[in-house]
Amino acid sequence: MKKTNTVNAVKREPLTDTMLLMTITICIFFVMYILAMVLFGGGFLHAQQIFNMLNDNASLIIVSCGLTIVMIGGGIDISVGAVTSLVVMSCVLYLNNGGNIFVSILLALGIGLAFGLVQGALISYLEIQPFIVTLAGLFFARGFTTILSINPKKVAQPAFVNLMEFRFEMDFLGYTANNGTRIPATMEIGVIVALVCVALVFVLLGFTKLGRNFYAIGGNQTSALMLGINVKATRFVSYILSGLLSGISGFVFMMHTGAGNATNAAGMEMNAIASSIIGGTLLTGGVGNVIGTFFGSLTLTTIKKIVVTSGLKDPWWQSITTGGMLCFFILLQSIVLGRRAKKKKTN
Amino acid sequence: MKKPEKKFFSNGLGQLAIPIIAICVLVIFNLIRDPSFFGIELLHNNDGNVVLSGNLISIINGASELAILAMGMTLVTAACGGQDISVGAAAAIAGSVFVKVLKSGQSIGAGTVILAFVLAIVVAILFASFNGTLVAVFKIQPMIATLILYTCGRSIAYWINGGATPTVESGIINAIGAFIPGIPLPTPVIIVVIMAVLFKLMFHFTSLELFTQSVGINGSAARLNGINSTFIKILSFMILGVCVAVAGCIGVSRLGLINHETLLIDIEMDAILAVAIGGNSLGGGKFKLSGSIMGAYVIQMLTITLYSMKVPSTNVKAYKAIVIILLVVIGSPVVKKWFEKTISRFKNRKPEVAAKGAGES
Repeated sequence: MKKTNTVNAVKREPLTDTMLLMTITICIFFVMYILAMVLFGGGFLHAQQIFNMLNDNASLIIVSCGLTIVMIGGGIDISVGAVTSLVVMSCVLYLNNGGNIFVSILLALGIGLAFGLVQGALISYLEIQPFIVTLAGLFFARGFTTILSINPKKVAQPAFVNLMEFRFEMDFLGYTANNGTRIPATMEIGVIVALVCVALVFVLLGFTKLGRNFYAIGGNQTSALMLGINVKATRFVSYILSGLLSGISGFVFMMHTGAGNATNAAGMEMNAIASSIIGGTLLTGGVGNVIGTFFGSLTLTTIKKIVVTSGLKDPWWQSITTGGMLCFFILLQSIVLGRRAKKKKTN
Repeated sequence: MKKPEKKFFSNGLGQLAIPIIAICVLVIFNLIRDPSFFGIELLHNNDGNVVLSGNLISIINGASELAILAMGMTLVTAACGGQDISVGAAAAIAGSVFVKVLKSGQSIGAGTVILAFVLAIVVAILFASFNGTLVAVFKIQPMIATLILYTCGRSIAYWINGGATPTVESGIINAIGAFIPGIPLPTPVIIVVIMAVLFKLMFHFTSLELFTQSVGINGSAARLNGINSTFIKILSFMILGVCVAVAGCIGVSRLGLINHETLLIDIEMDAILAVAIGGNSLGGGKFKLSGSIMGAYVIQMLTITLYSMKVPSTNVKAYKAIVIILLVVIGSPVVKKWFEKTISRFKNRKPEVAAKGAGES
């Protein structure tokens, strides 16, 4: 009797919470994009629009991946944007003093790793609230960026400039301009890095023991402990991964802008949190998917693009519509999850 | 011997240990560095008033908005187990409404200021109850729910101003932001005292403190005991809304203008920090308002200390972070346990030594 019950339950609800929220986001993204194509046409009809969105948001996507891992584990990391900014500034200064590009990549990874290690150790082994620790991390990274240099600095090294200006050109996705010249679609190296990061994190979360442990400690810490999972070590690793990804994001950010500035990546942590939430990750932990996060950040930018093209030129409309969109997604999730919880109870 | 020890910690003095230690350390550090740091003198300001001036005054004056917000934030934290990150943005909205009403009339009299203040409070309460509804009715975590207003709040303030940063010139506004003629203390400090007294009276005459704590510790248990936890949560947000409006109006009066981008920027982080330094759990439950207020003054004292050491204002954040980490490491449960263990081991050893000594003699 019991066996048939479980089989029925599985048949009736083939989607887990994670998959359901992710599916909603992806559907809304495509509906929105197609609507934009129909209503506004123009730039939205070219493949270049998607590549532009990816080019501009490669570092945000990478940072959001790290944040998704931490949030699935039931934590929060608000230092990511500041670490990105610190990495950009230190790499720019190092390259301008005649540094090697490969060493600068190591430097970026090292800074990210250091932040991840310190914050992770404080949070998991000294049991300090993650919000406060990463807030201190944010303050430290922002403050240290201005100590390094308060003025914007541009990278002058030719080798790096060549790397920065390198574009993958895809002729078959391009379009013919009005004057007859063929303009190919272009993509930056950072996008490849971002996509690789998304893929790696996807595999990590879905198909490795460590990844499943993240879900376990986020879902229910006590049960995870009773299952023999080393909760502290798992949480520690989640912050290390987030730190490392912020380091990578910093380097990608530098490849996009080519300059270090104290206000770089300002507010990126909140954008990353918003992307993760729109993608269906819950701050309570245990639910989330990195593919959803990827589409979440694309959704955020699409909204901004739509606002700009629809003629709402006043500077406040972008954030107000973003806020409204966020409100919509958050309410939607709450209602969907609330209904499911009720259904489970009645079953 | 052991029992009074335990009582000492559960009385709440243990909770206040971090802010007290922090203030002591900062005072001692400043005494060693430069005793003139604590000098207070009477000066005549530009308007011809006799006013107090000195580092201590600028500490208690500068921390006013933060202290007011920390009080409200403590309630929200205790009731909902999460923090409101939209207070800075909401203060910008309240400030914009305040200025908008002030600018609407021909001249600015006492009546206009009171009307503007009341309207600012009403608007702030409206936005706060939006946050509160999301948290209490839709069961969304406070940080996520308030992320919405955090994203768009400053833009709404900009919209209210119509894309400008209007200035207000009036004797009354100047008196609110700086000094009332004849009183040497800065007015914001007096407002903080009034707010603290109001909170104290509210806790004294209502059961709000007990209800808030019980909702924070276990919402469903509180509901089963007949406490309307949804209402308590929304109420805590509304009280924070009042605090936000007061802080926003002080911020506007201080400068005499509303700038939606810079008004009380990043204050949400400092307010949450003040709550944490005050020894309150960010996970909700028991709270101590005095801890949060002290936390606010610790943060400001640290900032002023760094300024007086000629640290550039942009670099202050880095040093602040180091001190914060040191504070929370001292206050962390693991270190506390280790501390208590060492103390008890030390205490257990003492009688042994005494017994030995007695045996020898």
